[in-house]
Amino acid sequence: MQINIFRFILIGLLFLVSFNGFAFNEEKATDDKFDPKEMILHHVKDAHSFHLWDWKGHPVSLALPIILWTDNGLTTFMSSAFHHDDTGHHIVEKNGAKFVKLHEKIYQLNPNETTVAFDEEHHPTNAVKPLDFSITRNVFMMWVSVLVLLFIFIGAARSYKKSENNIPRGIAGFIEPLVVFVRDEIGIPMIGEHKYKKYMPYLLTVFFFIWINNIFGLIPILNGANLSGNIAFTFTLAIFTFIITTFSGNKNYWKHIFWMPGVPVPMKIFLMPIEIIGMFVKPISLMIRLFANITAGHVIILALLSLIFVFKSVYIAPVSVAFSLFITIIEIIVTAIQAYIFTILSALYFGMATEEEH
Amino acid sequence: MTITGIAAIGAGLAAIGAGLGIGKIGGSAMEAMARQPEMHGKIQSSALILAAFVEAVALFGVVVAFLQG
Amino acid sequence: MDLITPGFGLVFWTAVTFLLLLVILKKFAWKPILGAVSEREDSIKNALLEADKARQEMENLKSDNEKILKEARTERDAMMKEARDIKNNIVEDAKEEAKAQANKLMEQAKVAIQNEKTAAIADIKTQVASLSIDIAEKVVKEELSSENKQLKLVEDMLKDIKLN
Repeated sequence: MQINIFRFILIGLLFLVSFNGFAFNEEKATDDKFDPKEMILHHVKDAHSFHLWDWKGHPVSLALPIILWTDNGLTTFMSSAFHHDDTGHHIVEKNGAKFVKLHEKIYQLNPNETTVAFDEEHHPTNAVKPLDFSITRNVFMMWVSVLVLLFIFIGAARSYKKSENNIPRGIAGFIEPLVVFVRDEIGIPMIGEHKYKKYMPYLLTVFFFIWINNIFGLIPILNGANLSGNIAFTFTLAIFTFIITTFSGNKNYWKHIFWMPGVPVPMKIFLMPIEIIGMFVKPISLMIRLFANITAGHVIILALLSLIFVFKSVYIAPVSVAFSLFITIIEIIVTAIQAYIFTILSALYFGMATEEEH
Repeated sequence: MTITGIAAIGAGLAAIGAGLGIGKIGGSAMEAMARQPEMHGKIQSSALILAAFVEAVALFGVVVAFLQG
Repeated sequence: MDLITPGFGLVFWTAVTFLLLLVILKKFAWKPILGAVSEREDSIKNALLEADKARQEMENLKSDNEKILKEARTERDAMMKEARDIKNNIVEDAKEEAKAQANKLMEQAKVAIQNEKTAAIADIKTQVASLSIDIAEKVVKEELSSENKQLKLVEDMLKDIKLN
């Protein structure tokens, strides 16, 4: 039964991969020059509207709210106010200020300016960036993923109450091995039998949050909700791991950082700055690893699909589809592996922070 | 050659190093698993963690390339 | 550069969402799921322990039973031996008594016979005496007519009579 479900999902994903290819084809028809770099970066970065597909040359997208913190206070309007303009020409006046959207960034024009002036590198010279709290497509997809997570896990938790003797039923039968895996393969061996319980909610939440967002990033119809490949997302999670590690560090942990026991004094002095740098490198490497892995996967799939348009030939299509299919399947594995690695390294750091002197 | 090109070469060099490192880890892990099949799970998870550490170094290179690019 | 600069808005929303997710899932998902799993594991462990204990008890019971059976057997053997002994004793006693009784009876019979015999002999003696006297009377009456005859008779008689 489970194999059947997996097969179904796999076939669905394959279907969507080919669907993505068609979508680019439509886009190509209206555009003469195809720049793969721009397309890929556009896909990988965040956006203020949820671009779904093009219909007869016009983009169809889901408008998302834009929330800005400006000098005049909170300003909100829908992204549809820009009318799909991303070049900084369409000016939206709201709350006594003028806003433009340029490369998915919102700029606030300086007072008494009517158009955006650009410098040589195409950066606006007469506008500032207000604090942007917009519900971008990544935030939107994050909330969708949260709803899915809540639905799955609260449903699973409920099913235990219904069944006798705590036997997992329905979705819980699928969820329980994963939860037990996080506990038995990540929590207990990395942190230790006695202390792991405190960290389990964080580890489980991080694991499933990253995993589901990795998977969502791979579903092409969602059109590039590359949340776990966004550095802001991985930065936030790495910061949480860093905060928890720092605050659960015991005396032994700090001693190992500032005054390494068991080595001569000159060595202690030499090791101290290295250990202090290491303290910060750990979360930074967590952040970069997840970001780079997921982004690289997206970039490779899109680059392979771009080959069709770069070569302007149908005959390259089977090759690029076959390769992108292959990479997609690898990426499906990578979604789980990266979630696992982020979680296990977090657990490892917690384990190092709480390790007793021996 | 532009600075972007040089950055790309740097990223490629970092990838070579990481490839060698991960290859060594993978080979040794396979050998260890063949020698002690009962330790399969433990070896696999340790190998994954070590690969992640090696990979991080290469990714730093890639990020530096991004900074330049 | 743009790619690796964390956007402030997304950091903010990720932090808020993640914390909320953590709190909600901790309360409504991880606690019940982990609780149920560990509860079940405990119950399985307990059941296994109990099964072990029950097996141990069974073994103890079995050995106890054997011991009791053995004891019962030895007791039965002892009882049977005792019973046999008692029977033997009774038979022996009975034999003994019967013998004694018989001996006694024989003894009595012997004594009675002796008595009878003595009495009979005494009786015979008296009868013989009286008979002898009668005979003697008659003989004397008849024969004692002449001296010779008398003498001869006495002599003959004396010759005949043989005192036993």
